[in-house]
Amino acid sequence: MESAFSTADLSAIWLTFKLAAVVTAILLLVGTPIAWWLARTRSWWKGPVGAVVALPIVLPPTVIGFYLLVAMGPSGSIGHFTQALGIGLLPFTFAGLVIASVLYSLPFVVQPLQNAFEAIPERALETAATLRASALDTFFSVALPLAKPGFLTASVLGFAHTVGEFGVVLMIGGNIPDKTRVVSVQIYDHVEAMEYASAHWLSAGMVVFAFVVLLALYTLNPTGKRK
Amino acid sequence: MIQARFDLSYPGFELHAEFQVFAHGVIGLFGPSGSGKTTLLRCIAGLERRVDGMLQVKDEVWQDGANRLPVHRRPLSYVFQEASLFPHLSVRQNLEYGLKRIPPEQRRVQLEQAIEWLGLNKLIGRASPAGLSGGERQRVAIARALLTSPRLLLMDEPLSALDAASKREILPYLERLHGELDIPVIYVSHALDEVARLADQLVLMEQGRVIASGALNEMLGRLDLPTAHLDEAGSVIEARVGAHDEEYHLTRLDFSGGSLWASKVERAIGSVVRARVLARDVSIATAMPHCSSISNILEARIDGIQDEGPDRVSLRLAVGVRQMLLARITRRSRDQLGLAPGMAVFAQVKSVALMV
Repeated sequence: MESAFSTADLSAIWLTFKLAAVVTAILLLVGTPIAWWLARTRSWWKGPVGAVVALPIVLPPTVIGFYLLVAMGPSGSIGHFTQALGIGLLPFTFAGLVIASVLYSLPFVVQPLQNAFEAIPERALETAATLRASALDTFFSVALPLAKPGFLTASVLGFAHTVGEFGVVLMIGGNIPDKTRVVSVQIYDHVEAMEYASAHWLSAGMVVFAFVVLLALYTLNPTGKRK
Repeated sequence: MIQARFDLSYPGFELHAEFQVFAHGVIGLFGPSGSGKTTLLRCIAGLERRVDGMLQVKDEVWQDGANRLPVHRRPLSYVFQEASLFPHLSVRQNLEYGLKRIPPEQRRVQLEQAIEWLGLNKLIGRASPAGLSGGERQRVAIARALLTSPRLLLMDEPLSALDAASKREILPYLERLHGELDIPVIYVSHALDEVARLADQLVLMEQGRVIASGALNEMLGRLDLPTAHLDEAGSVIEARVGAHDEEYHLTRLDFSGGSLWASKVERAIGSVVRARVLARDVSIATAMPHCSSISNILEARIDGIQDEGPDRVSLRLAVGVRQMLLARITRRSRDQLGLAPGMAVFAQVKSVALMV
């Protein structure tokens, strides 16, 4: 047997990791304030916002992909905006894939963070305030360190979920080598071309990856572990 | 002065509290559970959001109507009922948390001082507060609070979550701070004993309102206040150590109303101590008793009498200069002795508890 992975396979693997890394970084930046707000607010909006964030868990990826495709297209609102900025249109580009993946994986980052923030006792934040820490200072010096396990879970789930997406990528990114062809799409191509051996190699790789990631999550993260 | 007025209402609870006290020493905030002591303390700290009112500490206005200085901008410290140490920081980092946020030129309490005052030498090296006992945790919390060099220290029943041994362990530290620091302390408690031991002024609360405030001695001696009718009602005497009786293991305490003998304490002659005399430990004689096991006899004048249920009465006695004693006797004794306000009597003090 020749090399297990073809050049196209390796390119897809590299692209998948790049996408997942960029998306995870953006998700942590975007998801943290959303999760903090959801965990602390007493506003009426908590319910609706929480539901919108959770939508991707329930909706078929094709539905999200479809609406994003329309919105990012030439007559969509995002499309108008990106064209006005001179970026052009986002569908079938890496940037478009990033935006779609961020939306698609958002609940997998927001929810663990929200749970971690909700577990922080109000008293810890009040104590910090009486020790002269401003709200922002308290967030960084008390809330973030106490929510560390939540951040670990959120990063792993966000990363893994992005690696595992298929439907949204196909709707938004199509199947352009080196630009939008990620591992899941590459496997689909192999199967369509009846290249079962190649499909096996990539699929088995995904299974091993998923297992290792989840194993790491459950062993490293002490949340909920009883002594 | 500390002047405060707060209005706050939750479903099922209303606070309308107004008081004015001198901004020095320990101010005891005393009342039954549910009377709003903690809520009032949280209002002072700025931790209650929907509160209307006014707060002035010395010459600084911390709140005026809806204008509130945020908590972290108020030069105060708060010791909660549970120590609330940060679990992700070491003991030293916990202590330094507030200290680091105070500009160096405003620091009046140094780390070494706080460590020494609260006896933290053996704990300072701990990597986490997790293994500390309740008393140790509370000592770290108090030191951490002091290290922000507060201009007002708020303490919310800091001993109530502790067992009796931890309480005994911490009380001397608190008394020592009282002596060494010139920071006004508002100390919430529902234990009259603790308040009598630590406070100089008293603010009394009942059902969300302040019903009286003033100097501890005066307040404890007032028959119109609920404090005079509690089981542990009594008065506090500031006295000077006059002599030690080594043979019988006793110490003589001198004050303007005379002398009292108490169990011996290791204090130098001349030092000032606080003694507590419970109302139920004071009995009355109309003539100087000669053959009695009670050797503490003070000349007193009856200042007020109030019925205390069907069988007992409370007496307010003036002894010495502006010193009050409470006595609780049976109604029959009062009638048999013909006690009435203005009468000169002898107060026999069965037991004196020294607060050292």
